[in-house]
Amino acid sequence: MSPHLPLWLIPLLPFAGFLINGILGRRLPKWIVTTVALATPLAAFGVVLEAAAGVFGAGAFQGSLPRISLPWVETCPFAWISAGSLHVDFSFVLDQLSLVMLLVVTGVGFLIHVYSVGYMSDDEGYARYFSYLNLFLFFMSVLVLAANALVMFIGWEGVGLASYLLIGFYFEKKSAADAGKKAFIVNRIGDFGFLIAMFLLLANFGTLTFTEIATKLGQDPGWQGGVVTVIALCLMLGAAGKSAQLPLYIWLPDAMEGPTPVSALIHAATMVTAGVYMVARNHVLFNHAPFALGVVAVVGALTAIFAATIALVQNDIKRVLAYSTISQLGYMFLGCGVAAYSAAIFHLVTHAFFKALLFLAAGAVIHGLGGEQDLRKMGGLWKKLPFTFAVTTVGVLAIAGFFPFAGFFSKDAILYAAFLQGPNGRVLWFVGVVTALLTSFYMFRLWYLAFLGKPRSPEAHPHESPWSMRGPLLILALLSVGGGWIGIECFGGFLAPVVGARGAEGGSAQLELILSQVAVGVALAGWLVAHLLYREKSTLAANVAAALPGSYKLLVGKYFVDEFYGATVVKPLLGLSKFFLEWVVEIAILGGAAWLLGGVAKLAGAALQRWQSGNLRSYAAWVAAGAAAVLLFLLVPWATVLASLTAIHLGVAGH
Amino acid sequence: MSSLLWEEVPLSWFLLLSAVLFSLGVVGFLIKRNLITVFMSIELMLNGVNLSFVTFAHQWHTVKGQIFVFFVMVVAAAEAAVGLAIIISVFRARATLAVDRIDLMKL
Repeated sequence: MSPHLPLWLIPLLPFAGFLINGILGRRLPKWIVTTVALATPLAAFGVVLEAAAGVFGAGAFQGSLPRISLPWVETCPFAWISAGSLHVDFSFVLDQLSLVMLLVVTGVGFLIHVYSVGYMSDDEGYARYFSYLNLFLFFMSVLVLAANALVMFIGWEGVGLASYLLIGFYFEKKSAADAGKKAFIVNRIGDFGFLIAMFLLLANFGTLTFTEIATKLGQDPGWQGGVVTVIALCLMLGAAGKSAQLPLYIWLPDAMEGPTPVSALIHAATMVTAGVYMVARNHVLFNHAPFALGVVAVVGALTAIFAATIALVQNDIKRVLAYSTISQLGYMFLGCGVAAYSAAIFHLVTHAFFKALLFLAAGAVIHGLGGEQDLRKMGGLWKKLPFTFAVTTVGVLAIAGFFPFAGFFSKDAILYAAFLQGPNGRVLWFVGVVTALLTSFYMFRLWYLAFLGKPRSPEAHPHESPWSMRGPLLILALLSVGGGWIGIECFGGFLAPVVGARGAEGGSAQLELILSQVAVGVALAGWLVAHLLYREKSTLAANVAAALPGSYKLLVGKYFVDEFYGATVVKPLLGLSKFFLEWVVEIAILGGAAWLLGGVAKLAGAALQRWQSGNLRSYAAWVAAGAAAVLLFLLVPWATVLASLTAIHLGVAGH
Repeated sequence: MSSLLWEEVPLSWFLLLSAVLFSLGVVGFLIKRNLITVFMSIELMLNGVNLSFVTFAHQWHTVKGQIFVFFVMVVAAAEAAVGLAIIISVFRARATLAVDRIDLMKL
């Protein structure tokens, strides 16, 4: 029996929600908007669960569920793009990798929808918000389900659009509108890489389907380096844009201008991980391009430590989390770079849990404080917001990598895989460990500043969030605790048919144990330092900052990367555009065209105005002349005349 | 016998006469200054056309052309009545019939 699995429903359900709320939302009563907004992701999640049950559950529910064999490909029956030798189908694929991603995207996505009902309840753009959120889920599931690079590109661009719309949700605020534009434009640079990679794939492999590319690569061992490296590097550029890696990370911190649940869903849990997903999807290409793989690893490691140092000194609670996200994404790329794709995806999943949790908890704090985001004005919140405090603690412990929280398992898997990659891998491992130390420090700094100590704004009256917000927090907290227990062995084994088995040559259980002890050790050290600086003596942190004014300024200024880009890229480009607009377009093209058209009209008018004399008889004469000309044209046998003329001419020439 | 007559005069002669009449009308229309002469030139053109209609009607043994001629004559009669009325009122208003002087519509 062939099991029925409506894969196409997964993207289309949120899309229906987008259409309903986007077109009619302003006129519908709020409860209908809420119902539509929640029901469509829930239904999509249901379809994903059905698929998951079909994959996992065959043993448990013997006979009651049809077993689904992966990969499950569903192709649109109509030809999508067919031109000459180019043939691209609109097809979706469900395999182990996309199933895991779908569970995260629709599951966490649904939780964040529920949370948003409470968080956005007073907002004027309630329906608009949910229509955008549903639109995002639509494009994200297209991206995840894509069976070829072009379908993925549709989702890729679409999530960029949804991200733009949601970052600029409060568009009356100039900073929010600017942040949306920045995200969109920086992402274009990455998309350029993706596009070039697609063209190269088409030129060299003649196909965009991931599995066919993998097959062709496997058949011919000659595909090594060269053009494959170029393709992989272009893909990495795309991934760096979407996943906020060096040097294109600058849009993500600004993206925090959007509503907090958006930051949780798009800019922490799902969209920004699309780059990691894409690299894992194309892992065969990367495996054939060791240089590109090295670039991925180095970029990941550098981004991880770079963003972590900036996060040390940020005072906006959401910015700390944003830089932390960039840093954690760096970990995932580090994992991809050492060919530990399953570890990277594992970290992607656990990170989705605990970072969504942290963002939503931060949202609860901001909500409770009436919009306050500055850590320096918080403090002592554990008494007023005990529930939020508890879930944040779970999130902090998870991201810092304490046993047995989720972050411990996944981060450990990546670091272990890096360690096994020879001497270069040891360097990457060391960078990762230092980053773990920094991570632990800045997360506990946030924890201490926000929740412990004395309230620094006594006039504020924080209140606990409604249950619609607390429910998702609770579920995510449970996932942040237990999400890692599945273990990398089991998880990697599940993903192995797609991304290949985890290479663990030269490793041993003993080594793994030692490394994980080191990881927990540095996490503890980070906690200790944060404790000393922000708990024991609150003046100590200021003293440290005063003792190192140069580096402190550098960190507070975020290494002045924005300023650097502003001076080297934005300003010249702006100047060039202005020059082009003012001189070439305005004066040469527009002015020239106007002058030319005006001149022609004027000359023609001067020439023709004599004709229009107002003398009736001259008009009549022209009519008569015209009629005579037509008669002449029709009645005289021109062909014969011409022939005889030619004959005369030839006759003359003959003499 | 009329048929004998037709056999002696070829078709082209009728057409030629029609063309000559029409051309005379055109030339008269273009060069004459008197409004009444211009008007008569138009009638001449119409009659030139009428002649060609009748010629072809006879040539192809149909009455369509002759019916057209009747229409043209009816319209020409109506036109003559209206036109002469206009000419009279123009003369009353301006005391001239020179077409070049009647140029109120000119910008």
